[in-house]
Order: sequence, then C-alpha cells, then structure tokens
Amino acid sequence: METVVFLISAAVILSGALGVIFSKNPVHSALFMVQTLFGVAVLFVLLEATFLAAIQVIVYAGAIVILFVFVITLLGVDRAEDLKVEPISGQRPLAVVLGASIFGIILTVLIVAVGGPTGEQVANTPIGDASDNTKILGEALFSTHVFSVELTALLLTVAVVGAVVLSTRPTKPLISTLDKQQNDNLEDELEEKGEE
Amino acid sequence: MSITTTWYLLLAAILFSIGTTGLLVRRNPLIMFMCIELMLNAVNITFVSIGSHLNDLGGQLAVFFVLVVAAAEVVIGLALVVAIMRRRSRTNADDLKILGG
Amino acid sequence: MVDLVWLIPTFPLLGFLTLICLGKSVREPIAGWLATTAMAGSFLSVLLVFIGMLLEKNENRQTVFTLFDWIPAGDFKVDIGFLADPLSITMCLFITGVGTLIHLYSIGYMHGDSDFNRFFTYLNLFAFSMLVLVLGDNLLLTFLGWEGVGACSYLLISFWFRDRANATAGKKAFITNRVGDWGFMVAMFLIFFNFGSLQYLEIFNILESNQIAKTTTTFIVLMLFVGAMGKSAQFPLYLWLPDAMAGPTPVSALIHAATMVTSGVYLLIRVNPIMVEASTWSTGLIAWVGVGTALFAASIAVAQTDIKKVLAYSTVSQLGYMVLAVGCGAYTAAIFHMITHAFFKALLFLGAGSVIHGMDGEQDLRRYGGLRSLMPITAGTFIIGWLAIAGVPPFSGFWSKDEILAFAWNKSPLLWIVGIVTALLTAFYMTRQVVLTFFGKPRYLDAGDAGDAGDAGDAGDAGDAGDAGDAGDAGDEIKPHESPWTMTLPLVALAVLSVVGGLIQLPFSSSTKWLEHWLEPATFHNETHLHLSSSTLWVLALLALVSVVAGIGIGLTTYLKEKIDKQIFEKPILHNAWNFDSTVSRFMGGPGSKAFAAVARFDKQVIDGAVDGTGQIVKKTASILRRTQNGLVRTYALGIGIGAIGLLIWFLTRTTI
Repeated sequence: METVVFLISAAVILSGALGVIFSKNPVHSALFMVQTLFGVAVLFVLLEATFLAAIQVIVYAGAIVILFVFVITLLGVDRAEDLKVEPISGQRPLAVVLGASIFGIILTVLIVAVGGPTGEQVANTPIGDASDNTKILGEALFSTHVFSVELTALLLTVAVVGAVVLSTRPTKPLISTLDKQQNDNLEDELEEKGEE
Repeated sequence: MSITTTWYLLLAAILFSIGTTGLLVRRNPLIMFMCIELMLNAVNITFVSIGSHLNDLGGQLAVFFVLVVAAAEVVIGLALVVAIMRRRSRTNADDLKILGG
Repeated sequence: MVDLVWLIPTFPLLGFLTLICLGKSVREPIAGWLATTAMAGSFLSVLLVFIGMLLEKNENRQTVFTLFDWIPAGDFKVDIGFLADPLSITMCLFITGVGTLIHLYSIGYMHGDSDFNRFFTYLNLFAFSMLVLVLGDNLLLTFLGWEGVGACSYLLISFWFRDRANATAGKKAFITNRVGDWGFMVAMFLIFFNFGSLQYLEIFNILESNQIAKTTTTFIVLMLFVGAMGKSAQFPLYLWLPDAMAGPTPVSALIHAATMVTSGVYLLIRVNPIMVEASTWSTGLIAWVGVGTALFAASIAVAQTDIKKVLAYSTVSQLGYMVLAVGCGAYTAAIFHMITHAFFKALLFLGAGSVIHGMDGEQDLRRYGGLRSLMPITAGTFIIGWLAIAGVPPFSGFWSKDEILAFAWNKSPLLWIVGIVTALLTAFYMTRQVVLTFFGKPRYLDAGDAGDAGDAGDAGDAGDAGDAGDAGDAGDEIKPHESPWTMTLPLVALAVLSVVGGLIQLPFSSSTKWLEHWLEPATFHNETHLHLSSSTLWVLALLALVSVVAGIGIGLTTYLKEKIDKQIFEKPILHNAWNFDSTVSRFMGGPGSKAFAAVARFDKQVIDGAVDGTGQIVKKTASILRRTQNGLVRTYALGIGIGAIGLLIWFLTRTTI
C-alpha cells in the first residue's frame, strides 16, 4: 500500500516538475507547480508529518503560487519566451551536465554509504503518531526553539515592509532636483496624472 | 519491496536536479523562481524523510523554518521582479546585464 | 671628553644647513665667516677629543659612539656610529685644521665672486661628508661620506659651471670616481656576505677568530683598492685630477690635496687587518701601482705650463707614494706622509692661488717671473713648501718620504729605485716651478706671444674667471700685488706646520716615533717590521738626499742659470701626459660608445621589456578573464553550480563514507 502511494506521488511530483521547466506559458508552469506541491504534501502525510503537509498546502500551494499568478497577470509576463533559442552559448549542455552530476553525486553517496544515511539526532524529541504530530511540533517549537520562532516573525515583518517599499510607485523622484524648471515640469505631470 | 529512506532521498535528488536544470535553462524570471521553489521542496523532502528515519523531530522543525523563509524570500523576490519589470515588458533575465564588464 | 666626538661633523652640517637656508640673502663676507666659524668649531671639538684621548691609556683609545639605528633589516643591521680612535682623530685633526685655514683663505680669494655664498655652502657640506667618512664606524657610513665627498667634489669643480669646460671637468671627476665606487661596493657586498657585518670592529673580531679564505680576502682587498684608485687618483683612474683644476684654487687645495684624495689611502689603512690576510701578490700589486703612478705623474709634471697642473700631477705622484707605503705594509709612514703632504701641498696650492690672484688670473708659468719682490709672503711660504715637498731636511717632507723609501727598500730594491728616481723628478719640477714663478726676469711685462694663446686650449685651464683669453693682450698692464691678510695668514700657518711637521715621527729611536705609537690601536701591530740595520737606513737616507740635491741642482741650472736647454726635459709627449687621456677618450668615443649603445639597448629591450612585458601579460590575461563577467545572472548561476559540484566532489574524495 505504502509503495503504491509512494510511486504514484513520485510520478505526480516528477511530472509536475518537468512540466514546470518545460512549459512555454508561465501560467502553465504555475499550475504544474501546484501539482508538484500537492504531491509533496501527500509524501509528507506518508512520512507521518501531517502538520507539515497541511502547512505545505496552505502556505506553498495556497499563498505562494497565488502570488506568482498575481505577478504574472499584473505584469503581463505571460507572453511566451522562445525556448528554441539559447543566447548564451554552452549554457544548455552545461546545465544538463550540472543537473546530472548533482544527481550522480547524491546517488554515489547513497550507494557507497554503509548502513544507510546516518546523522545525529538534533532535537532529541521522538516523533509521535500522525495524530499527535501537531502537538509535539508545537511543544518543541515554543519551548526549545522559541527564539527562532520570534526571529521568523521578525523576518516576515521585514519582508512585508520591504515588499511594500519596493513596489510603491515613486510619486517624487528620489533625488531632489535643484532645477525649478524640472520641478515645475514634474508638478505638471502629477497634475495630469491626478486628473486621469 | 518496502520503501526505505533511500527512495525518498533519491526522489528528492531527482527533484533537485530537475530544479537546477530548469533554473539554468529558463529565462523568464518567474519561472526561474519556481525552479528555486522546486529545489526547496526537494530539500524539504530530504529533511522530513531523514527525520522520520532517525525518529527525530529535528527534520520537521527544519522544514518549518525553511517554509517560513521560503515564503519571505518569495515575497521580496517578487517585489523586486515587479519593481524591475514594471518599466519594461517583454524582458527576461538576459536583458539585465548592466553590471557586465 | 672623547664623547664630544659627535660635535665634530655636526658643526659643518649646521653651517651647511644655515647657509642653504640663508641662500643669497646675506652680503658677502658673512657667509664666509659663518662657514669658517663652523669649521673652527669643528676643529676645537677635535682638539678636545684629541686631548681627551691623550689622557687615556693606549688600550682605551678606541671607542665607538652609536648615535642611533639606521638600517635594522633582519640580519643586516647598520647604525649611525662614530669610531673615535687615533687614526680617525688624526685625520680629523688635519682635515679640520687645514680646512679652517682654507675656509679663511677662501674669504679673500672668492671676494667679488657672484656665487660667494654658494661656495661656502658646498665647502661646509664637503667638510661634513669628509668627517663622516673618516669617523664612521662601519663601511656603509664611510661609503656615505665617500659618495658625499664625490658629489661635493663634482659641485665644487664645476663651480663656475657657466663655462662648459668646467662642467665637463666636474662630470669627468664624478664618473671616474664612480668606477672606483663600483669596486668599493663589490667589496662591501663581499665583506657582508663573508663576515656578516659591516662594522669595522666586528669585522676585525671575526677575522681574528675565524679563518676566512685567502682568495676572499685578496679579492676584497683588490676591490677596495679599485675604490681607492678612483678616489686617490692612481693609474688609470687619475684622469680626473688634472682636469679638476678647473675649480677654484681653494677647492684644489682642500679637496684635491689635503682631504678627499686621501680617503682612498685612509680606507686601505682602516681595513689593514684584512690586508694582512690577503696574499702577498695583491699588496705587491698595490705597491707597484703606487710607485708606478708616482713616476708616471712626476714625469708629466716636468713639462706642464699651468701652475696648477704641475701641482695636480704632483699630487698624483705624492699619492702614489702613500699607496706605495700601504702596499709595503708601512701604515704609519703612509699616514705620516699624508699629514705632511696635507700641509705642504695645501700650502703650495694656496700659494699658487695667491699668485694667480695677484696676477689677475694668469696661470701660465711662462708668463710669470721675478714675483719674489712683489709678493714676499707668498714667495717665502711657497719656497718653504717647495723645500718640504722636495724632501730637504729638516722640513717635514724629508722625514716622511724617507720612511716610505726605507720600507720600499725593505720590500724590494726595485721599488726603492723607482721611488728615488721619482724623488729626483719631484725636486726637479718643483724647482722649475719656483724658479719660473718667483725668480728671473718678469716675463709678464713682455708683449703677448702668439704661442701663448694656444694654451687656452688646454683642457681645464679655463678656470679662474676665464681669464686665459686675456693673456694675449699686449696692452694690459698686469700689476702683481700681495694678497690680503685672509689669504696670507693661512699661508704662514701652513708654512710653519710644514717646517715642524716632521717632528711627530723622527726615525732616530723608538721614543721619537710618536706617531707610530699613537696609531697602534688602529694598526693592530700589523705593520711590516723593518729588517734593516741602522747603517743601511743611513745610507738610504743619504742617497735620498743626494737625489734631492741633484734634482734641485739640475733644476736651478736649467731654469735659473739657463745653462742646460730646457727642451731636453719639456718634451711634448710629457706635456700631453703620454697621450693617455686622449687615448681613453678616443676609445670611449669610438668602440666604447658602440658597446655602451649595445648595453643601453639591452637594458631597454630585455630589462625594461621584462617589466613592461609583465604588465602587458597582466593586461591581456585580464582582458581574457573579463569575459566571465558578462552581467548575466544565468552565467553566474552556472558558475555557482559548477563550484558547488567541485566542492562536493572534493569533500567526497576526502572523507570516507
């Protein structure tokens, strides 16, 4: 049973990934991305990380991909790029080589490793069943790792502020001009814009 | 056959390499971003599977933070893309080469 | 009081700095008196140090005063320090003493010259450099003074630089000296490489305790001798000294008679412990070069017509005697002759300057005559100088020359024979000079001979306000007059010293050989011992006396009584200095300049090419590497990816999984 689920979700993930990189239309890529993310969520459930699966769907597929779609429609970058032409010479072959070698390295590690992947236990907290996952994760987060959580909160605040600043249209030029004429011209421009 | 951790890791590896190749091949900045997200997801899979193998919560905690940071990163990144692309349409990553020598 | 030694070079240095700052803003004699006072202050300091040293015992007379660190570069450490020992203080005594007198003389001599202040600035700088040369406790400081006196010599020889010939003479002096400096530098490198230090006392200590290879010490001595040849005008690097007469006469007196030219001999005596470790053929070579130069120069002096040129070649000849003494291992005799030579040669030069001053710039001997009654003080002191240099007892020159000749006999009778012949020639040409100048008919009252105008072409004669052209004027009345007291006082002082100077080293018994005992801390008993019986010494002295009398006699007969035809002696080849100078010039201008051009081409293409080529290579590499910075994000991402792969592979190969 587990095998079947794994194989199906693996197929979903990989086909979605391939769809992302091979689509001409960015909106198609975004949709393929959603497919991949759902597959990953199923994988998380399989690994008994239920909370993470939920978060994955809500945050990644629900918020981030929506953001992508918004930007695509806002900017009109939905026009297809020409995939046949590659302006930088040697980029495509090298890219394929790179991807293959990364896979090859990890494969090598997995094959050569004796006794499978090992690592030290970091959190020293055992994973409970799937139903208890939220509770245990919450406890761990807000007791031992509360500092990191606060920092992530700060990070998110900063990101929001930064995004707002970055995307405002400048009403006045950032560098103040000394030229009165230019100033006048600018005021005229703004008046015009205000009337639109 | 049973699914061992190695399978998950292999899957993550394939996903990661697909993401890398996509990042290097595509010119549209938004699609490049999505490939980055693919790579992050691969990493997430790795974390969770190893965490489950070691019976340790550390993997899932890591994924939690990766998720948060990925979200913040996407926010800022898209704001940047918006700020740059607003002036000109039909541009892609190759046109931003002012800093070239 | 010996610790006042640092004052000795400081006074002339302060004088120099003050005069440089004052520039042309002070009126005429002030700069001169300032410079003279500085020198007098230096002389007083030397006297105090000398007295302090006398009060010490013989073993304690060698002290090193380190002022500060100069070059601390790892193994190579050089300090500014002064070595106060009998040798350096003796040299300082006559440098500052004679120097003060010459400064005083210059006040009168340079009167009316538009560059009066500049003259004294240079003179003080020269005095400072010379004192640093002599007092330095290590080779590098000596070299500093060495180069300083070379530079000042150039500045002072071409003092009246607006006349091109003078500037050329200055350049010639500097360049010839430079050839010698090369030898000095090679010797310094060798010494540092083999001994690990450049300080004299340290070198001597190392020499005592370790065995340095004989070839090394021989080579070092030979290289130092090359340096000495340049400074002390030995053959073949003597070429610059006759041309240096283009400078004002006090310059000739100070630099080219008493001080700078002796620095080569000083250097050799200073490193005498190395000299005794060298092979005997090298010291023999030094002796032969010295005596050969002496004879060579004396033969040329016989036929010179310029009063200063005679003295110039005479200086080369006497320096040859000093070098001969050094080669024979007679260090005390060399210093003795150096001291007496400083007295009588400076006297002779200053006297010549007085004559030139009184004759309004005329320098040709054939236009003099009968000046004895018109310039009594000059004549009287000049005659004393003549007797001293000729070697007539009891004047100082006799004692010093005789001692050198005794040591020459000790080394090889052949050396002695050449020395005796030179002594004869010395007596002859000096007699000729004195008679032509001060006795006989006043030839300057004759109408100007056409032949005299041709002498203006003699290189280096265009000194002394370029008056050589005036010699042809028949209408000018030359009224010879005695010089002012600022000029005659030094003459008298030097004359007195020339008379009594011999007393410091009378050869009669060990107790009268004061100079030898005094110099012991510096000569370290390295002197050759005379294995001659006293009867041999008496015979040698007598023979020397006979040669002197013969020379004077022949001279008087030829020039005063005019019984012998002077054309026998005054051959044109001697007048042209055996054509050596012109041969060198032709060689350097001809095949020499082709070689120089080739070397210059090599320097430009290979050496400059290598340096420029490195720059070009960097530029080309940079322009190739520049293409990696194309500004495209994807290229950079590719770079990051490749780097990450590389890193991963490296880690994989290092660790065992």
